[in-house]
Amino acid sequence: MSARVQLEGLHKTFGVDGHAAPALSDVSLEVHAGELLCLLGPSGCGKSTLLNIVAGFLPPTRGRVLVDGAPVTGPGPERGVVFQEYVLFPWLTVAQNVEFGPRLQGAPAERCRAVAARYLHMVGLSEHAAKFPVQLSGGMKQRVAIARALANNPSIVLMDEPFGALDAQTREVMQEELSRIQRVEHKTIIFVTHSIREAVYLADRVVVLTRAPGRIKEIFTLKLPEARDRFAPEFTRYESEITGLVKEEVARVHE
Amino acid sequence: MSTVTDLVQWGLRGASLPRRRALALRLGVVLAFLALWSLASGLVVLLGLFNPIFLAGPWLVLGKVWELALSGELWGHLGATLERVAVGFTTGALLALALGLPAGQWRAVRNLLEPVVEILRPIPPLAMLPLFIVWAGIGETSKVAFITYATFFPMFLSTVHAVQQVDPLLLRAAASLGARRPQLFFRVVLPAALPEILTGIRLGVALSFFVIVISEFIGAEQGLGYLINDGRNFFLVPQMLGAAIVLGLLGYAGNALVVRLGRHWLRWERP
Repeated sequence: MSARVQLEGLHKTFGVDGHAAPALSDVSLEVHAGELLCLLGPSGCGKSTLLNIVAGFLPPTRGRVLVDGAPVTGPGPERGVVFQEYVLFPWLTVAQNVEFGPRLQGAPAERCRAVAARYLHMVGLSEHAAKFPVQLSGGMKQRVAIARALANNPSIVLMDEPFGALDAQTREVMQEELSRIQRVEHKTIIFVTHSIREAVYLADRVVVLTRAPGRIKEIFTLKLPEARDRFAPEFTRYESEITGLVKEEVARVHE
Repeated sequence: MSTVTDLVQWGLRGASLPRRRALALRLGVVLAFLALWSLASGLVVLLGLFNPIFLAGPWLVLGKVWELALSGELWGHLGATLERVAVGFTTGALLALALGLPAGQWRAVRNLLEPVVEILRPIPPLAMLPLFIVWAGIGETSKVAFITYATFFPMFLSTVHAVQQVDPLLLRAAASLGARRPQLFFRVVLPAALPEILTGIRLGVALSFFVIVISEFIGAEQGLGYLINDGRNFFLVPQMLGAAIVLGLLGYAGNALVVRLGRHWLRWERP
């Protein structure tokens, strides 16, 4: 399998000397084309920081990120981002939000509309294309945000706790939705979460981070079928195994 | 009177009234006001409280407005005031945007402009009017420049604040979709800042009608402010009140226009 994203010796320290707070320590990792990789760890372990570095929102203190061999120096359209807070453009309709990326590239209006229609259909929002974000529920907003990221055809999609602000039922529905889309699209996705169940449900590989400063504690390659059953014994086995690891880290936070 | 039940259901805005009832209430209040006014001025005449010339009844005032309108005199004054407001306010708004948009985005520009603005802003604009007359004479230039000066500050400050308040996450989202610097400005910063910029523009419109009257008191031959001052010189109370009412209607129309534009441009804010 080819490496789509390479993280090489990433360190991140916030603040200046004297008040320096290390957030990430020597993280090296390869993300393969077409896999969904979950970053999992206790809150404050630096998993969002890691994602922000890959997105190009933050520069690493040391180390570098390569996407398709090219070093990351800032945000770019080849790295789509889905935020926990949705971050739709409230002054644009649902369809215009999804078209935003292709339009920036100067694609012809007709093609933009076709792309938007295709991805809105994929997330089941075709009927809401003319609405404004303020008229949508949280789950619908996040579907629009996912469609918007995919419509731009990025090499990799970065998702920062995308379902974290949703209620439990909507959350499960969205996980099933994403899993269904991924079975069709086979995108390369880095997915940050603190939910072990979510990680085991979605991921091809789960990277468990330690408490701050975040380091890679362990990487699990999940040998589970693509379409997953939350009540299957192997599912539960992974869940409890990873839970044990994460608990160690949470306990160390409170030491 | 709103009960607790109403308050918890509708908040302090209250339940919406049927259209007809709301209209009836509004019209009723206007008519009641006119009736009270008539009553007061009638009593002055009947009881001989003071010279009735001081408190002309509404029919005299409206009659005077009608008379001025018919003779064509009103339109000249109205046009003069409107033109000054339009030119002065538009210049003020363009200046506020031209300086406020960069100041909101770049700290260096902000540091450059803010001290000057912060020193000038607390001075009541009216205190500067004589200075404008000394500099630019009593002609059109000083009046227009004065409106520009007075309206600049609220519009500049709201523009700066509007840009600074733009959620950085929106910029991250747009940059991750491939937006470059100019696209970030035109497609994200501008639309995101628009609601607050419009609030500043509403303040500017109101302020321009506020200050034009006073500059028309001094050395003008036309304008609604002139009409009021002229009325004072010759004890023409109906003319003074009439011009004031026309000014009130103008300000109301100006505000309504901005509100209507805002409703269209900001229709995405309403669920």
